[in-house]
Amino acid sequence: MTQTIPCRKAFTDALLANARLDRDIIAVSTDARGSVTLTDFAKELPQQFVEIGIAEQNAVGVSAGLASAGKKVFVCGPACFYVARSLEQVKVDVAYSGFNVAILGVSGGVSYGALGATHHSLHDLAVLRTFPGLSVELPCDIYQTRQLVDDLLKHPRPVYIRVGRNPVPDVYNSTNAPYEFGKANRLLDGDALTLIGTGETVWHCLEAGKQLAAMGIKARVLDMHTIKPLDVEAIVNAARETGRLLTVEEHSIFGGLGAAVAEVVVQQAPVPMKLVGIPDENAATGSSTQLFRHYGLDAESLVKTVVDWINL
Amino acid sequence: MNHQQPDSIRRLRLKAEEIRRRCLQVIFNAKAGHTGGSLSATDILTVLYFHAMRYRSDQPDWPDRDRFILSKGHSVESFYCTLAKANFFPDSWLDTYGTFQSILAGHPTRKVPGIELNSGALGHGLSVGVGMALAAKMDAKSYRTFVLMGDGEQGEGSVYEAAMTASHYHLDNLIAFIDRNGLQISGPTESVMTLEPMRQRWESLGWDVKEVDGNDMAALVDCLDNWQPVGKPTMIIAHTTKGKGVSYMENVASWHHGVPTNEQLALALSEIDARIQTLTEKP
Repeated sequence: MTQTIPCRKAFTDALLANARLDRDIIAVSTDARGSVTLTDFAKELPQQFVEIGIAEQNAVGVSAGLASAGKKVFVCGPACFYVARSLEQVKVDVAYSGFNVAILGVSGGVSYGALGATHHSLHDLAVLRTFPGLSVELPCDIYQTRQLVDDLLKHPRPVYIRVGRNPVPDVYNSTNAPYEFGKANRLLDGDALTLIGTGETVWHCLEAGKQLAAMGIKARVLDMHTIKPLDVEAIVNAARETGRLLTVEEHSIFGGLGAAVAEVVVQQAPVPMKLVGIPDENAATGSSTQLFRHYGLDAESLVKTVVDWINL
Repeated sequence: MNHQQPDSIRRLRLKAEEIRRRCLQVIFNAKAGHTGGSLSATDILTVLYFHAMRYRSDQPDWPDRDRFILSKGHSVESFYCTLAKANFFPDSWLDTYGTFQSILAGHPTRKVPGIELNSGALGHGLSVGVGMALAAKMDAKSYRTFVLMGDGEQGEGSVYEAAMTASHYHLDNLIAFIDRNGLQISGPTESVMTLEPMRQRWESLGWDVKEVDGNDMAALVDCLDNWQPVGKPTMIIAHTTKGKGVSYMENVASWHHGVPTNEQLALALSEIDARIQTLTEKP
């Protein structure tokens, strides 16, 4: 089912629940408490909420300083600004300096589809996975998001997390939402090919996998929630055991999930691949659903892509 | 006159000259370094590490230590020499500066004991310092956070984002310096980009602003000894001379990252040694 709350809300609810018991948990935001869904946090725990105003560079730097003093810092705002305006602070103050700051980029990808390219973040995975020491993680539903928050509190690390804006359908459930850092989840198994998704595309991959199975095409489906460090073993196994890979990402086709998987495949287990993502253009404007359809990221389009490919 | 100065000031001056001496040797050996800005900042580093700051060099992560961030990370040579003199690491490490895989990189990194932040990209240090000062307030800790910026660095917009935040949160445990030597790599700061009226700019941002001769040890000591928290962050505009202490380097922009020749080094060291000798003589 599709939830009524988005992943960003699941994230901040989990954060608030933990922060009530741990005064070292600090949320930092940039006039974005509404869009991040930190309004309740700020009201209830004002001493643990730091408003920076519209100044992302400063927010990331301040977060690094707080983390250096032992705070568990979550700096939260629209992904498009944190991975562009404050990119040097992410690179130097967080990744290079090695401070355990969690950067929560909300409404990532084309979540703000109608608002235009200023508000799209389709380069974040490509750029951030080149920063040594920074992990890049995309949960796909609210259950996994909650697990991720737990994991981040147990194992603080310099990390960029991207979630979308709208509620998304469930991939997991309240009793089964595995989140092992750096380990992909196998959602379906098959030998015809492997579909690999991350974040919001995981559900579409899973749905496509189910539809393909009904048509007699058995696809493996992987939830690659951690883009960095990448689960190389799962990729190599998928290549060797299923013979072809289809990556699906809400990101430029340059440098993101598909490219990361291809880097592994060409060196360790060469097999045919297709990369589905946003082509090299300023993305069309429209709702997230419209854009997923337009660029072939939705389940229905994926089924067609796979069928055409298999039947070549 | 040296024989009239308090012994504590004499000893600090001596330390500063010893740091300058070592700094020039380090730059000469490495055939690289940011000479001018290292020398202008030496007295500020000295007064912080040998007079004002609380720290434990054998426990660099002591939670109650005062924090120092070298936001103008390119002046790393005098910073390394200061940390070595303060016993954060052996002096012999300085001889590795500029060699392959030396722990002492060309800009500060946290791999080096005593260094709080990897710096070198300008306009970052004040924000991180704000975070440290904010954390101290949250935890009711008494440590202070010091940040040293360059004057050319004042061109970075992020500095003013941090400045606003510091005054917004009344961070009177945050003390920043501007090494106001008046020169940046391309020439005089005011010809590159107007920075004045610097004092009024910082006052308008809600800071308590002091101005001091940043190469006058007695004045620096006086400034820091008389510092009191006044509900707002403190900015100390330290008027300095780029290349301070070496006659032919002073106020010459090309010494921003100039490396002395053999002869130039000998001349520089002779000037410094003469002062060291004077300062060593007991009154």
